[in-house]
Amino acid sequence: MNYFADKQLLVADIFSRYPDSPQGRRSALMPLLREVQDAEGFVSEARMAEIAALCGTTATEVRSVMSFYSTYHTLPTGRYHLQVCSTLMCSLAGSDELWDHLVSALDVQPGDVSADGRFSVQKVECLGSCGTAPVVQINDEGYYENVTRSKCDRLIAAMRADIPPLPDNPVPVTVREDGRQMTATGERVGASIHDRGPLPMPTRPGGEA
Amino acid sequence: MTVADPAPLAITSGKDPRFAPSLYAHVGQDRSWTLDYFRGHGGYQGLRRAFAMGPDAVIDEVKKSGLRGRGGAGFPTGLKWSFMPLNDGKPHFIICNADESEPGSFKDRYLLSEDPHQLIEGMLIGGYAMRASVGYVYIRGEYVHAAERMWAAIEEARAAGLLGQNILGSGFDFQLYVHRGAGAYICGEETALMNSLEGLRANPRLKPPFPAAAGLYGLPTTINNVETFCAATQILKYGADWHAGMGTEKSKGMKLFQISGPVARPGVYELPLGTTFRELIYDWAGGPLEPIKAIIPGGSSCPMLRWDEATLDTPMDYEAIAAAGSMLGTGGVTLVPQADCIVDVTWNLVRFYAHESCGKCTPCREGISGWMVNMYAKLVRGRGVPGDVELILDMSENIGGRSFCALADACLGPVLSSIKLFREEYDVLAQTGQPMHPPRRRWKEA
Repeated sequence: MNYFADKQLLVADIFSRYPDSPQGRRSALMPLLREVQDAEGFVSEARMAEIAALCGTTATEVRSVMSFYSTYHTLPTGRYHLQVCSTLMCSLAGSDELWDHLVSALDVQPGDVSADGRFSVQKVECLGSCGTAPVVQINDEGYYENVTRSKCDRLIAAMRADIPPLPDNPVPVTVREDGRQMTATGERVGASIHDRGPLPMPTRPGGEA
Repeated sequence: MTVADPAPLAITSGKDPRFAPSLYAHVGQDRSWTLDYFRGHGGYQGLRRAFAMGPDAVIDEVKKSGLRGRGGAGFPTGLKWSFMPLNDGKPHFIICNADESEPGSFKDRYLLSEDPHQLIEGMLIGGYAMRASVGYVYIRGEYVHAAERMWAAIEEARAAGLLGQNILGSGFDFQLYVHRGAGAYICGEETALMNSLEGLRANPRLKPPFPAAAGLYGLPTTINNVETFCAATQILKYGADWHAGMGTEKSKGMKLFQISGPVARPGVYELPLGTTFRELIYDWAGGPLEPIKAIIPGGSSCPMLRWDEATLDTPMDYEAIAAAGSMLGTGGVTLVPQADCIVDVTWNLVRFYAHESCGKCTPCREGISGWMVNMYAKLVRGRGVPGDVELILDMSENIGGRSFCALADACLGPVLSSIKLFREEYDVLAQTGQPMHPPRRRWKEA
């Protein structure tokens, strides 16, 4: 059964974002891959052929594009696909030990799925959350940040019980109304700006700066 | 507990009365990502002013503000915008580069997920100035939360008449879409990003033609970083003079600095350009948690600087960091601990570039993803021999400046700087097979 057969509105919406031309159709390739992978966890050869037909190209080309990027999967992944950031800033915060711990606790190697179908693991490069290292991404969802050993163990237990916590998306530093920057824990930072002035009044439309 | 400050804290920008956070002012606030919140805090005022000025005056305003590209290259934004052809009868595109992937950089993620309307407004201003009819926000695939917030904000803006036909009665038509990447560092290179948006493998393209002449789908295109578009929103809101009044003579305005590594308060701090490393690290980030030996000043491709008084007193602006031998880059500062083996630290980054090399050109494919990463693996596994460091230097000589795009040179940033600063660590490891700083536990229990 074709995945997109009963999703004409979705397909039309994706195509509407790009020019109505052969090149524009080709642009839909990545969003279509994403749709399939979100629903099925990986992209099978049959789905590659289906996407190729929609985008006016060949299944080989679709496979070629997929192979360029690190987040597309051609093999099934576990219900929880754990992506561990391994780049320097996370490594300095212990992501190598985190990785070893996950692989041994879950008894799964990269490319495999654990016997109960729950877990697969992948070492990935910088996830762009260096201020809250180490970081693990689960499936195509949010990040789990500041993953200490105890947080990691709680996460594993929750996934084993199939009640994974929601990603918390912490913001480490925010700005108060008076323009002072502070940490999420309420600590004021930049003690040197006591006498800092407020922002100017916005300039009026048409007015001079 | 922080390590003692090596010298009394010299405040540079801190007492600068001209500065208050604007780009980051609403990040992390309750429902800051909604249109209601944004409008309630002066949102879309910059756009109204842009419409009142006309497109050419907007480009002049951005030129006058001194804004330079915040993605790393530091090219003057107003000048870049002026490269777009006028009245050529072709559709124009603008793209926001939200493929934030340079290790050490994590500012755009918060702007996208916490203040998406600031970016939409900036892209409307840019689109209006550059006569573009369509914009794309190219968000790296891993930023799922950010992409969802961005889509929701676009829907809200469209429903409110801020995207679509005849926006706010100005006669300007503009559509905006999100395009998600799928995990490839090279997509941060603007021509590779355009290939990715066209559904191709993201190999970089030969330049010229430059994107302003023939970009996305062969049509005039301009790409800017998230922070650059957001700065344009603030410039149109508060005026070019306000922006040009902050920072240094050639590096004007504010910058989102990010700090990571063993420091008390890692995170994103908005500060004027020209703030010193010392002020960021001690006054804002609370100081290092252990002895430090090097600073990576602006993302992993920027050459490391030695941790010393002179570096700490270096102002973080395009010129001063260049004079110190590195780059401002994305403003992503990382501290490298004294107790970690520099060869191991550098190997991690070399591995990153080796993984991300697109394979198009030989110097990068064979040089970085083949030889360089293998040489480092050999060293850190204790199988190095005397002469290996010379071989790495010789390889670097032959790779540097010879690759198709800047990725191979980006890898040489940490390689060459770490050898220059910490040659002894390399030599000892190559000669004895034992690192001067053995591996240690880094993972926190709780």
